[in-house]
Amino acid sequence: MAVNTGNVAELVGSNEQTILPEWIELQKKAGSLQTGRITENELASQSREFLHLLRDGLSRGGSEVSNSAYGPAKQMLADVSRSRALQGFSPSETATFVFSLKQPIFNVLNRNTTLSPAQAAELTWSVTLLLDELGLYTLEVFQKSREEVIVRQQREIAELSTPVVKLWDGILALPLIGTLDSQRTQVVMENLLQTVVETEAEIAIIDITGVPTVDTLTAQHLLKTVAAARLMGADCIISGIRPQIAQTMVHLGVELNVISKATLADALALALERTGRAVTRLKKATPASGQNKMSAEKGQ
Amino acid sequence: MTTLKTERLDIRSSDDVVRVRQLTRTMALAAGLGLVDQTKIITAASELARNTLDYGGGGFVLAELVEASARRGLRLTFEDKGPGIPDVEAAMKDGFTSGKGMGLGLGGAKRLSNEFSIHSQPGEGTKVVIARWK
Amino acid sequence: MDRIPILKFGNALLVTIQVDMHDRLATALEEDLTSKIVEHGAKGVLIDISALEIVDSFIGRMLDNIAAVSRILDAETVVVGMRPAVAITLVELGLSLAGVKTALNVERGMALIQARLKTSDEDDDDAED
Repeated sequence: MAVNTGNVAELVGSNEQTILPEWIELQKKAGSLQTGRITENELASQSREFLHLLRDGLSRGGSEVSNSAYGPAKQMLADVSRSRALQGFSPSETATFVFSLKQPIFNVLNRNTTLSPAQAAELTWSVTLLLDELGLYTLEVFQKSREEVIVRQQREIAELSTPVVKLWDGILALPLIGTLDSQRTQVVMENLLQTVVETEAEIAIIDITGVPTVDTLTAQHLLKTVAAARLMGADCIISGIRPQIAQTMVHLGVELNVISKATLADALALALERTGRAVTRLKKATPASGQNKMSAEKGQ
Repeated sequence: MTTLKTERLDIRSSDDVVRVRQLTRTMALAAGLGLVDQTKIITAASELARNTLDYGGGGFVLAELVEASARRGLRLTFEDKGPGIPDVEAAMKDGFTSGKGMGLGLGGAKRLSNEFSIHSQPGEGTKVVIARWK
Repeated sequence: MDRIPILKFGNALLVTIQVDMHDRLATALEEDLTSKIVEHGAKGVLIDISALEIVDSFIGRMLDNIAAVSRILDAETVVVGMRPAVAITLVELGLSLAGVKTALNVERGMALIQARLKTSDEDDDDAED
């Protein structure tokens, strides 16, 4: 269908001074400025720029949004949409930018006397379709930008929530807080193993005091972490299994075939002992002189 | 989902298995996968390429760089015209092997991927598709 | 055909894998190592895989086999330098290499082998720190 959108382009061009204020007024009425996220000046300059780009598109691109003549207009919509998504605009606030342009353009088409009613109706229809499509495009970019934000935040949260701390030379602790799903387990493993490499650690204590429940799946994730650490030459001790969790684990038939200690303190004591250091509370060891001997015995 | 780039590689010898790994690495980098995700998909590709060679009597891999809802990923399709797998469910289990492998190939490749599908008919060959997303 | 070089290091053998191994190379290494252990009467085998970007089930099986064979020949195999990403992937794949000893780097691996030799010879002090 060959609709001569060139007419519309001319009308939009010659009636810019009517369309622009009306459009901006409609946007303000829809609440575009209420949140204070953009200023009236910004809104006005965005509106003016888009109107110009739309006019360029209409004069050469016909009624097909896929026509390359609409490229700059779409590019601008994408930029506006993306920045609004990041600024926290709602989808409808963002889409209003395009949809509210319909009325001012229709008004201009209707008031025009050189067009026959049939011509005016036909042009109105094609402008409707065109702006609908541009509006949907805006929403699509908006949605995509929001998804990007979510993906980035997920990654940040995952990294924030899994610190690896050095307790002693060669001894690391990994205090786990919250539930362990497979994605988080991967981040936990990466952090732990990377720190093992950096600090040349021999022992890692995984403290699960902050883990609410240990079901079969969580146990599997823990065991995978232990196995991966072992492949790099580091041994793991699990600490902080609360009484209720220990009971649930037994009831569920969950087995953790690794060394576990009730508290982080106990685990640290064991880790020190294994790396050839004495803790004075140990009754077997006589302080200082017994150190080396003991480590040799334990090492066997 | 849109495909941004496609590469095809024949799998005829054990050198081709190495080539599949290299191709997978290049594509995984293009998809922007992190180091661990890269390693996982390359390892999965290595397992499946060896399956294609050892059990399928050779075939090819199709590597596609794909994009869907703001995420990029890598999709690999391994296809052969070999004898096929009579019982796919059993073949997915760890420890199952009809040859000289460890029987971790299929199940392992599935665990290393975000998406996994397999189609096989006795006498008509096997097609395995895996994908890993950023 | 290419072969991966095996170095003698005291009473231990050191193998550094530096290439993306195809399967024949892995099989050849397994055979070469077995005969070298016997030839040198080696008590330990260190396999440095820090350059390997992936370990799949084939290479995993090779490491397992080398460890098992060397154990029969009274030598201890220690795999050293596995990269974090490789370790994570291997566990996910379902391989834990339970029969293989591991260490962070060549130095630690050598210390493991020496410690074993000492304890099997006589009681000796083993001061690490």
